[in-house]
Amino acid sequence: MNDRGWFRNSILGLGLAFLYIPILSMMFFSFNNSRLVTVWDAENSPTLRWYVRLFENEQLLGAAWISIKIAALSASGAAILGTLAGLVLTRFGPFRGRALLSAMTTAPLVMPEVIMGIAMLLLFVALEQMIGWPAGRGLLTITIAHVTFTMAYVTVVVQSRLAGFDDALEEAALDLGAKPATVFFKITLPLIMPAIVSGWLLAFTLSWDDVVISQFVSGPGSSTLPMEIFSRVRRGVSPDINALATIMVLIVATGVVASTIWMKRQERKRLLEEQMARSDTP
Amino acid sequence: MAERVVDRQNQYLRIEGVTKRFGDFVAVDNVSLSIFKGEIFCLLGGSGCGKTTLLRMLAGFESPTSGRILIDGQDMAGIPPYERPVNMMFQSYALFPHMTVAANVAFGLEQEGVARPEIERRVSEMLDIVKLGEFAKRKPHQLSGGQRQRVALARALVKKPKLLLLDEPLGALDKKLREHTQFELINLQEQLGVTFVVVTHDQEEAMTLASRIGVMNKGQIVQVGTPTEIYEFPNSRFVADFIGSVNMFEGRLIEDEPGHVRIRCDDLDSTVFVSHGISAAPDAKVFVAIRPEKIEMNRGATAEGENCVGGVVREIAYMGDLSVYLVRLDGGRMVRVTIPNIERHEERIVWEERVVLRWQPSSPVVLTQ
Repeated sequence: MNDRGWFRNSILGLGLAFLYIPILSMMFFSFNNSRLVTVWDAENSPTLRWYVRLFENEQLLGAAWISIKIAALSASGAAILGTLAGLVLTRFGPFRGRALLSAMTTAPLVMPEVIMGIAMLLLFVALEQMIGWPAGRGLLTITIAHVTFTMAYVTVVVQSRLAGFDDALEEAALDLGAKPATVFFKITLPLIMPAIVSGWLLAFTLSWDDVVISQFVSGPGSSTLPMEIFSRVRRGVSPDINALATIMVLIVATGVVASTIWMKRQERKRLLEEQMARSDTP
Repeated sequence: MAERVVDRQNQYLRIEGVTKRFGDFVAVDNVSLSIFKGEIFCLLGGSGCGKTTLLRMLAGFESPTSGRILIDGQDMAGIPPYERPVNMMFQSYALFPHMTVAANVAFGLEQEGVARPEIERRVSEMLDIVKLGEFAKRKPHQLSGGQRQRVALARALVKKPKLLLLDEPLGALDKKLREHTQFELINLQEQLGVTFVVVTHDQEEAMTLASRIGVMNKGQIVQVGTPTEIYEFPNSRFVADFIGSVNMFEGRLIEDEPGHVRIRCDDLDSTVFVSHGISAAPDAKVFVAIRPEKIEMNRGATAEGENCVGGVVREIAYMGDLSVYLVRLDGGRMVRVTIPNIERHEERIVWEERVVLRWQPSSPVVLTQ
């Protein structure tokens, strides 16, 4: 191996260590028998004690369920609104207020979450006083707030997919007699679906681990999982949080690995088919 | 091969004074055209000449700033693309990547609300015509370029449009496939009798496909005619220069009779005698255009008489079927001459040989604009 190879490998190793040692140590300590998170109890470890404790903890499980509901709902809302915004920005040509809309939909990407949170809270309170809706803060307000800030991500993803999309496809459908609505549902939507799905997943993840905004707009009994973890950690890290985090990391890792393998397979299949097509007779 | 039936009485497509502006830019400038039923009409021009904009106005993707488009007597103003009796084959083919070949072809019929069995019958019939019957279940990315082109064609033709618009139909194919496909396209058009309007920047494509060509420049139609008319009787320097190659000499009329003219060119040592009259003011500035293949070239030292000049061979490009010579005239001008290579063993003229160039009095075209 030459010098550059050695250098490259050590950089790679350092990078990976930097990223993953914290996570690995957390997973490691989730099997620790000790009550103290950072003290390894060599005699009685490894143990699944904290995993058992975790599944007996109604509060944490409830919070996880709330988080899943909010993430799924807000991701779906964001996917719909984000797709519409992406469509309007790429397909409707230059219209009055286009630049403003473009800036405004993507502003939450750079807006500090604290400010978004306060703004949302003030809005909800004012709305409640004026029209009585939304009554109190809870699941609904968190979902709405999450739609607002995750929509920007969906918009960006969908917009970039639409920009690389051959306009002639839609024109061809129109030319073949399809009305604009049919064109959207039969041609545009199926073709941008991958972008919408990845936008949905992104929105889901963002909503899933949001603490700051949720903190502002949540009410009694609507603590999301990250909020619950956060409040527990303030009282001192307990080992069942390690167990919970390990499970979450495993779920996410499985999902990512599975989708990567699937996408690689699809791509290889496609390349193969294209090669076969080229070698065919014209 | 079926005979193409062009109904010269039937002005199937009429474009009347159509102009299209994008802001200050005039893409199409007051174009009027009549296209007959059953013909292949080619709009030929360089990029940005407005040919594609004109085609898109026929399809309904753009609307004219002024003027009218009539298809089979019906004014197309305000009629959206999905209600026009016109189909288009796109340059990129625009095949729907998420649908099979059969679904692509069936798409247009489904929009019309044709019954399922009827759709299936017509789709398989159409796929057989373009020889893609066995590929019906494939997706577009599983096809070669030539196959995709035929799917696009089948998809546009299956609706039996009154007019088929083709945007650079052969542009994406390689040279060999292109020649083959050109003739297939002509056969298909004759078989189905659909009127074709083709947009292309490739003059060879236009010459082989078209029954008539409309040459466009800067948004205007500069000449309309059969391929032969366009090549042999160009009406302007632009057309003469754009179609094929040409040697152009500037000169002045020195003799103007109804049956012939004589022209004095500064670049040529002899006068040019042309055996047909032209309409130009006496002593007017004119251009003499002579095609390279219409010039005779022989070894020799001295040129005598009219339509005859001497020079030295400076460049030779041997192309197999013919050779292209660049000859420097004694006056300094370069002239392009092409000679067919008829004889295999012939001792060909070589570099730096002195030659005499000669042409028939009927060969030059005299252009005034």
